[in-house]
Amino acid sequence: MSYNSPTDLASALALAAKAHQTVIAGGTDVYPASRQGRPPQSLLDVTRIPDLTSIAHLDDHIRIGAAVNWTQIINANLPAAFDALKQAAREVGSVQIQNSGTIGGNLCNASPAADGVPPLLTLDASLEVSSLARGPRIMPLGDFITGPRSTELQADELVTAVLVPNPDANAKSAFEKLGSRKYLVISITMTAAQITCDDAGKIAQARVAVGACSAVAQRLLDLEASLISKIPQDVHVARHHLAPLSPIDDVRGSGEFRLDVVAEQCVRAIKRAALA
Amino acid sequence: MTQTTEFNLDGRAISVTPNVGERLSETLRERLGARDVKVGCNAGDCGACTVLIDGAPVCACLTPSQQVAGKTVETLRGLHGDDPIAAQLAQRFHDHGAAQCGICTPGMMVAAVALLRATPHPNEDQVKDALGGVLCRCTGYRKIIDAVMGKAAFAQDTAGLVGDSIRRLDGSGKTAGTEAFGDDVAPAGTLELLIIRSPYPRARFELGDLAAFVHANEGLVATLTAADIKGQNAFGVIPAFVDQPVFAETETRFRGEAVAAVIGTSDALRLLSPDDFPVSWTELDAVQDVHAAQHTAQAPLHDGRAQNVMCGGFVACGDAAKTVNKAEISVTGHYKSGFVEHAYIEPEAGFAQMVNGRVEIHACTQAPVMDLEALEIILGMDRSQIRIIPTGVGGGFGSKLDISVQPYLALATLKTGKPVRLTYSRSESMQSTTKRHPSDITLRIGADKTGKITGFDFLGLFDTGAYASWGPTVANRVPVHASGPYQIADYRAESKGIHTNNPPAGAFRGFGVPQSAIAQESLFDSLAEKLGMDALEFRILNALENGAPTVCGQVFDQGVGIKACLKALRAPWAAENRAAQDFNAQSDTVKRGVGIAAGWYGCGNTSLPNPSTIKSGIRADGTVVLHQGAMDIGQGANTVIAQIFATALGVPVSQIELIGPDTDVTPDAGKTSASRQTYVSGNAARLSGEALRALILSKMNAGPDTTLTIGDGCIKADEQSFDLLTLTPDPEGYVLRAIETYDPPTKPLDENGQGEPYAQFGYAAHLVVVDVDTAYGTVKPVKFVAAHDVGQAINPMLVEGQVEGGIAQGLGMALMEEYIPGRTENLHDYLIPTIGDMPPVQTIIIEEPDAHGPFGAKGLGEHVLIPTAPAILNAIYNATGARITTVPATPDRVRAAIKGLSNE
Repeated sequence: MSYNSPTDLASALALAAKAHQTVIAGGTDVYPASRQGRPPQSLLDVTRIPDLTSIAHLDDHIRIGAAVNWTQIINANLPAAFDALKQAAREVGSVQIQNSGTIGGNLCNASPAADGVPPLLTLDASLEVSSLARGPRIMPLGDFITGPRSTELQADELVTAVLVPNPDANAKSAFEKLGSRKYLVISITMTAAQITCDDAGKIAQARVAVGACSAVAQRLLDLEASLISKIPQDVHVARHHLAPLSPIDDVRGSGEFRLDVVAEQCVRAIKRAALA
Repeated sequence: MTQTTEFNLDGRAISVTPNVGERLSETLRERLGARDVKVGCNAGDCGACTVLIDGAPVCACLTPSQQVAGKTVETLRGLHGDDPIAAQLAQRFHDHGAAQCGICTPGMMVAAVALLRATPHPNEDQVKDALGGVLCRCTGYRKIIDAVMGKAAFAQDTAGLVGDSIRRLDGSGKTAGTEAFGDDVAPAGTLELLIIRSPYPRARFELGDLAAFVHANEGLVATLTAADIKGQNAFGVIPAFVDQPVFAETETRFRGEAVAAVIGTSDALRLLSPDDFPVSWTELDAVQDVHAAQHTAQAPLHDGRAQNVMCGGFVACGDAAKTVNKAEISVTGHYKSGFVEHAYIEPEAGFAQMVNGRVEIHACTQAPVMDLEALEIILGMDRSQIRIIPTGVGGGFGSKLDISVQPYLALATLKTGKPVRLTYSRSESMQSTTKRHPSDITLRIGADKTGKITGFDFLGLFDTGAYASWGPTVANRVPVHASGPYQIADYRAESKGIHTNNPPAGAFRGFGVPQSAIAQESLFDSLAEKLGMDALEFRILNALENGAPTVCGQVFDQGVGIKACLKALRAPWAAENRAAQDFNAQSDTVKRGVGIAAGWYGCGNTSLPNPSTIKSGIRADGTVVLHQGAMDIGQGANTVIAQIFATALGVPVSQIELIGPDTDVTPDAGKTSASRQTYVSGNAARLSGEALRALILSKMNAGPDTTLTIGDGCIKADEQSFDLLTLTPDPEGYVLRAIETYDPPTKPLDENGQGEPYAQFGYAAHLVVVDVDTAYGTVKPVKFVAAHDVGQAINPMLVEGQVEGGIAQGLGMALMEEYIPGRTENLHDYLIPTIGDMPPVQTIIIEEPDAHGPFGAKGLGEHVLIPTAPAILNAIYNATGARITTVPATPDRVRAAIKGLSNE
């Protein structure tokens, strides 16, 4: 039973290599998941490692430390392509949750309704994952999350950063979240869109990702392809564009409802992004 | 392995050794005495535990204590003492009545301090964004927004007589974080209880070797089961329906029902999972809806309640069926609602100890004397051996009328001889305490071509869950109220409470009337439309008035204020309908609609005795003492009852010392329910004040209009002075005293529900403007206008607070709240309105005095909620043409209804 707050990555990885370590950052998922009588044995707090808690602008990519919280993202100086991520950050729980919850935690928790995932999919993000035994590895976000509450992370590994290739300077983005109330709400559906328009105002590049409509948030590649050369006002989303989605019925809404509204949500996100 | 953590708490250097990963909220509350940090959910869903870490608001319940090492932590108590922004904010909270029960106030204020440090003059959206993470169930948030924005004070600096908007008399402890709620009174280190509950809606169970279990687990002291009950293993709130065991004996009837409890140290229970407890379960077939329950082949849940029908209610006059059948115009509707959870931010909690051989229970409650009476039966002890000392109550809304933690605490302290505490987790609270009854209502209404309602035929089935609780009250109240405040000659209303293997449904603000109002007020709109009449004028045409009989044949020759409420909406109704037309001409996807609905509510018990007793006295030094036994659960009884008493006695309210509803020293002022405290206890307070005044005047031989000045050991009246020091104090220290009782005049209902169920009704009408996003199915209320006849507003600021808070609960019921056992047992799957969901409310106070009410006052606490949901449903229809008949009107239901229109 111990609580460790290492201040360097090597120490953290050494601890992660031991058994029964629960990694904690903001605690916003660890505590709600905890059960009466079963407290975690040892906690590995990753919030005091400078590499994990900072955002760095590197040559060809932007590196967001895994323990960067949502408030840091909201306040960071980032290109317009990150606006969807910032808008999603503002929709995560509440100010209290944004001050604690981290981007890496959101990904490791792997909720189908994780607000961070669709914007990061539109940013073509990868994860930097590291272990003491095998060193760092990098994998696309789409490969990292394998299902509800399930990821490729090995027991001895830590997610250390989210890596985003430098986006097109003209790319703009938007995030749309549908919930039954204003704050502190889990998405019924959510959509992130990143759009680049050419000088004539036509869509030149498009990425659209949808969350809470499948076990893992999905890019809608057919829809993206269909958008090229369209003007944003003419965007139409057809049922077949939503083929990658397989929404379920739950207390927040039926699967049928989700498919219905997410089509509209895609249109709104695309237009808002293009016209931002 | 424990490690020391050092940090700065409110300016003090702290060194503590919490358990690994101990929540900061627990460390602050239990190791550092910061009980101002409230715990409402332990999941980041309610924000009550908000503290500042290095200036940033976070939920202490989600923060490992070790993480704050080297950091600065600020809580309300420290801020209140040290920070000028917090001190000013506290004053503003008082000035607006922004704290009602006060349980969310520390979280609200701490979050607001962080905002105001960065943004001294925030706009409304900034306030909402900053406070969106703190839930409040009482206020409807609007007074909090006003306070944080620093709007001009609502409260006045006056003597605090009837009609004055004075600040709450009990407000300062709420804004300082010093008011002690149910979980705040036990000393750190007290033994604790963990209740073992059924994981299934219905199950048979067998307990294992409990003695061996206790022996094998260090720190466990004892267990409790049905075998520990010396009296009767049964409780209930209505004598003929005492049917709920404290501990199930062989079979459980709902998920969350208690079968045993474990008493142990905090450390031992921290490591104890219910899975470790020696009990084996056999899941049994359960019935979970009212239709299946009436037709099941299984034995009924309770012997003697055939087809699982607990009881019914019935009111009839004339021949409803015949009249509706031959009506010139008629409409039929079928409406449904689900379980609604009270979702007070304070889970049930308390502390018990033995004092001189007596059991003493400190717990949050709405009904201390009923608690005492229930324990008398369960413990098999004389009532003289039991003392109930209510703590602060962090919201009740009906559910804290029933006992919850009290019997477990009492049994545990009796068994161990030691003090014991118990606090329900949020999911325990949601699983095991009462809910609003789900309803399934069929209604037919007929009218003639002039728009006069001729007939009304109502059948309501209510899921009362596994035990009766207040189900019989709901069954009785609904048929009396289902007409709404209208004149209907041919009327029939039947209700049935049906048992299921669901949580017990009990009292929740309105006792079934909000459900029946959804049906009645929705179908009124359909009827008005079919008649081609304006919905408001249709209601005014049919409204009850003085001298006209209610559906129970009761005739009030005074005090019927519904027409005044409805007429007050005429101007906003016209204006908002015009504005909505203009809006819709410019907007395709988002459609604006306006809806209205009305309601009424009979104050006090239905045709049953319902007395309140209020004691007051004057000490030799001239202190005026009011034994205020009406539980203040946030609604303001401490202030309102004192204002009534002060007015009757003829002294400023500031002079009155309040003593609370401790059952050893304060007489029974009845339960806080049925909108009865202002009316019934208010009347007892008025009588007590008048009697005390009469006693003084007779001793001084002074006339009735004499101005009294009490203090410094004497009473002065005009030129005279009366020396109190010459009088001999009684054992309580009073030289003058008065105890008075008031019981509302009612008459029994006959087999057709004809009689005089209530001495007075309160009346209400709401208008709401909503924006419906027709593509998403989302509904956003943008404005309410609420007219309420309260007879005489004792304190208009508190009236507004009740109206806004009631509307927020009605809004939640209409749009987002549905408790589903096993699925929405927390505050992130069960949604209640946040600060961002509550639009501005314009409250119109109507004062149609009531002959029985103190200074003309009527009850208020429930009709604030009744019209809200149907008004919203009517507005959705007005906006979209889609009629929602099942609440909550969630986005998927609204969207499906809108899509259904184009498919027709």
